[in-house]
Amino acid sequence: MAPAVFLLLVWMLVPLCMTLWFSLRDYRPLRGGDLGFVGLENFARFVSSSSFWPAVLTTVLIVGGVLLVSIIFGVLLAMLLDQPMWGQGIVRILVIAPFFVMPTVSALVWKNMFMDPTNGVFAHIWRAFGADPVVWLTDVPILSLILIISWQWLPFATLILLTAFQSLDSEQLEAAEMDGANPLARFFFIALPHLSRAITIVILIQTIFLLAVFAEIFVTTGGAFGTRTLTYLIYQRVLESQNVGLGSAGGVYAIILANIVALFLMRIVGKNLDR
Amino acid sequence: MGRITLDKVRKSFGEVEVIPPLDLTIEDGEFVVFVGPSGCGKSTLLRLIAGLEDVSGGEIRIDGQDATMVPPAKRGLAMVFQSYALYPHMSVRKNIAFPLRMAKMDAAEQERRVKAAADVLNLTDYLDRRPGQLSGGQRQRVAIGRAIVREPAAFLFDEPLSNLDAALRVGMRLEISELHKRLKTTMIYVTHDQVEAMTMADKIVVLRAGHIEQVGSPLELYRNPRNVFVAGFIGSPKMNLVDGPIAASHDAATIGIRPEHIRVSDEAGDWLGKVGVSEHLGSDTFFHVTCEGISEPLTVRVGGEVDLRYGDKVWLSPDPDHLHRFDDKGLRIA
Repeated sequence: MAPAVFLLLVWMLVPLCMTLWFSLRDYRPLRGGDLGFVGLENFARFVSSSSFWPAVLTTVLIVGGVLLVSIIFGVLLAMLLDQPMWGQGIVRILVIAPFFVMPTVSALVWKNMFMDPTNGVFAHIWRAFGADPVVWLTDVPILSLILIISWQWLPFATLILLTAFQSLDSEQLEAAEMDGANPLARFFFIALPHLSRAITIVILIQTIFLLAVFAEIFVTTGGAFGTRTLTYLIYQRVLESQNVGLGSAGGVYAIILANIVALFLMRIVGKNLDR
Repeated sequence: MGRITLDKVRKSFGEVEVIPPLDLTIEDGEFVVFVGPSGCGKSTLLRLIAGLEDVSGGEIRIDGQDATMVPPAKRGLAMVFQSYALYPHMSVRKNIAFPLRMAKMDAAEQERRVKAAADVLNLTDYLDRRPGQLSGGQRQRVAIGRAIVREPAAFLFDEPLSNLDAALRVGMRLEISELHKRLKTTMIYVTHDQVEAMTMADKIVVLRAGHIEQVGSPLELYRNPRNVFVAGFIGSPKMNLVDGPIAASHDAATIGIRPEHIRVSDEAGDWLGKVGVSEHLGSDTFFHVTCEGISEPLTVRVGGEVDLRYGDKVWLSPDPDHLHRFDDKGLRIA
């Protein structure tokens, strides 16, 4: 056990401690190096910067958008996949497939093969109907990113919701049918409450990962056109502005935020195990 | 009103015919029990009546109206499921009121009916609990409450007691019988337990492989089983069935004799046997006796005071008045 714990400490605690350490110092590697201890100034400067609130808004929009899309379509897809059909096994594997594609790759595929205004599939479809192709990443950058990221996370949501659907007692649905509930009422009164816990878990897990989304933005818009999220802002502070201290302060904020979500997640999962 | 008529009702799943054409009439106010071994199609038959399965042929009439294609909710039947099928996220009150809410009944009337049902079923103190906080028997009562409030033409019970422990089962059995006496509504009850069938039914329908083997009152079936299957299925412990030369001497392919209709003597009798395992119930004792010329050990029921040990020799004599004779097709010889 000892070597594993040691490894874990090195992998997790050392970067964490370094981030905390740098966040308290004015450290600009190419502009004077380590300029000493500055207290909490980095934290104050990170939130008072003019890019901070727009970045928060972008983050909320992207995370919220992706959650909305993956929950709504996840429930619908799970419902479809729960029906008995021919080739069920293969279809289910195919549905999960996007989850295995690396974020960088999928974002590049979307950018170059679908959203490209001259050669993209969407452009061709638009032109086939005589419409002007949409310049996706410039005109509707946030929507485009939501689309790309949702495509990656939809399988995860679908999978979790599908297992929840499968654990729904069919006698409950039949009882509701005998009680006079039409299909819509059966969905809202029986199925949806049954899914509520699975939906909460999907929301929390996805939130943790979506807050850290980076590759998709990096390879598509590079943070331009108002797609700079909090994570991307931190990256820019550290590597583009070469201000490690300021970026680290942002990193500490991100850690706190992720931990708040994780706390809720653990409480809900814990409650789930109790029952 | 709840008179249910099945007219040549048939059900097949793909190639497999689960229920060959079947006729049955259930009179208004009757307590009918469908009984049979597992896989005999009794649950399927109930689900056909409920409308949860579509019939493959034939007609179902409820109070003279053709209900074959009517959706389950419109048939005016209420069902109690084996797993209770309560809605776990709703309180007992909401569970019971659910069918009324779906029927868009006004709130005051809903409340009145829920109260009345809760009174009948002793659930008044539990109305604000969730199903997860109730015991098995209480959940069963909530499920019955949800059925009662609809004031259905008939109640359908699908093995409602099989998830309860033995003591509770006896109690609930009485409660359901009591409920039937009070409501006088038609009840159809599916079970594999012939004790439940015997104790609760006005009319028992014995099913095997989708066929009706016999229909009749519990005692009719007990006293005059129409064939070997019914003879062996109804009654606990089972009727002793003997074939071979002993049956032939009674001009039958098989003879049946109930455990209580065998006289035991240590001096003289028809069959000589050796006592095997004995089961003492206090009031009665069941002996399993192995006799010469009879392949299966015979079960004999005697009073609790008879004292016989493992390995003792005894003489058994069947009571000729209560001997059941069956021909080579298994049918009763009158």
